[in-house]
Amino acid sequence: MTSLPEPSAIKLGLVIDLDICVGCQACVVNCKEWNTSGYGAPLSDESAYGAQPSGSWLNRVHAFEAGVGEDAKTVHFPKSCLHCEDAPCVTACPTGASFKRAEDGIVLVNEDWCIGCGLCAWSCPYGAREMDPAEGVMKKCTLCVDRIYNENLPEEDRVPACVRTCPTNARHFGDFGDPNSDVSIMVAERGGYDLLPEQGTKPVNKYLPPRPRRKSNDESMSLLAMADAATPKGFWQWMDNTLEKLG
Amino acid sequence: MHPAWSIIFFTSISGLGLGLSGLIVLGLLDLSRFLHLFVASSAVFGLISAGLLSSTLHLGHPERAWRALSQWRSSWLSREGVLAVLVLASLGCWFAWNFFFGPPPLWCGILILVLIVATVYATSMIYGSLKTVACWHHPLTPVCYLMFSACGGSLAFLSMLALFGQPILGILKDITLALLIGAWTLKYAWWWALDNRGSASSLETATGLGTIGKVRSLMPPHTSENYLQKEMGFVVARRHAIKLRYISIFFGALLPIICVIFNGSSAVLLGMATIFHITGIFVERWLFFAEAKHVVTLYYGDEQLSIAS
Repeated sequence: MTSLPEPSAIKLGLVIDLDICVGCQACVVNCKEWNTSGYGAPLSDESAYGAQPSGSWLNRVHAFEAGVGEDAKTVHFPKSCLHCEDAPCVTACPTGASFKRAEDGIVLVNEDWCIGCGLCAWSCPYGAREMDPAEGVMKKCTLCVDRIYNENLPEEDRVPACVRTCPTNARHFGDFGDPNSDVSIMVAERGGYDLLPEQGTKPVNKYLPPRPRRKSNDESMSLLAMADAATPKGFWQWMDNTLEKLG
Repeated sequence: MHPAWSIIFFTSISGLGLGLSGLIVLGLLDLSRFLHLFVASSAVFGLISAGLLSSTLHLGHPERAWRALSQWRSSWLSREGVLAVLVLASLGCWFAWNFFFGPPPLWCGILILVLIVATVYATSMIYGSLKTVACWHHPLTPVCYLMFSACGGSLAFLSMLALFGQPILGILKDITLALLIGAWTLKYAWWWALDNRGSASSLETATGLGTIGKVRSLMPPHTSENYLQKEMGFVVARRHAIKLRYISIFFGALLPIICVIFNGSSAVLLGMATIFHITGIFVERWLFFAEAKHVVTLYYGDEQLSIAS
């Protein structure tokens, strides 16, 4: 059923902290590793060892530069499905393969029904869906639905693979429907925001902005000033004094 | 957007077939001779089903295409499929009635015509409903599809009248000329809008980093092209877009108009006019996809979504 369900009380999603991400790509690799053997068909690659390797991945890390001058920033920017509340990929699907779960808001693809028309990928503004080159069905982030409820895993592993593997804690998983959850508090405190809000998709995943650069107006902090202020000793004091006398 | 041949063929050919059948069901063609009935019904079913079959060619799983008829409540692609099947079925009934009992009543034809208009509208809304492709998300998109379908349909209808040696009313020729001029004028307006419309989305809104300053792409997330770039970042057409627009107008409008004005009763000339027109539509449809930019290309360093650049 590709009509969207009523907004669920539980809204599972990710917070991505752009201040912390170092662009190491560990989340990308662990996502592929888990999902190639989990939900649905494997995530295939084409000419993986050739000159132009390509394949389906559910999580990609871009890098952007923002601003100019000393306030400019390099920002590593992970991007995966944002599990939108008004998901255009779901309503566009002609077969009912694409759906949003009524219980927790996760957007999934039923790969046995998918005809591989690609219209859902066209309707997603974030590029979160990629056609699998071998299987001919649409692949997307499942929010590791086969991990988060999996009682065979130790409790600390019941989070999406990208979150579990992030070495810098730049990714967090939680319920945005609960205003007191860690992720909701983080978003409230740090000013978490939506990507492409003008597209009207109401994404669940939120991004935390890079923290502003610390300004050093204090002259004493300057290395040059510190070097000038230091008094040389011994041989260098004699040298300093002698050169001073030479005028 | 990637211009898939199967989709270009589908939208152009089924558009032509639907336009043609829209005029036939109004009873303007005398189908009392079996040969005429056979030729007209073969042309209509051939064109519409060739288009529909072609549209399944780009699917990853064509054998599951029947599932696409299920989600008509939310999906324009599904609605298009359902309506096309309804049109084919009702056209089948209409031709069968003609065969057994003579011309069906006009209200049947008008009912089928409404279904036909809805089908072409649904085809256009598959693309027109996508907010992510700003140039498609425009009220003129469905208008152009409908007008082109009517143009192609009238030219094919005139050819059929001439071929069957039936009298061609002057008003039909005038309507065809008016449709041709109107359709391409609207298409020109669509192109103008495409060139002059800004987009609300930018790399700043896509990343949310606009508060820091201008955002530039520093590194793509992968070393070679991926599905998104192949599918949404097609660039070849944009280099020659203006030339191709004029080529499509030359074939789609100018040559057919000359043919109709020169001799609007010759089956050969009218047939040529139809072929010229559909050639122009192929180019127009190729550009429709190839010129269109998807908002996701922002993430890959396209600084602006406007196409004219």
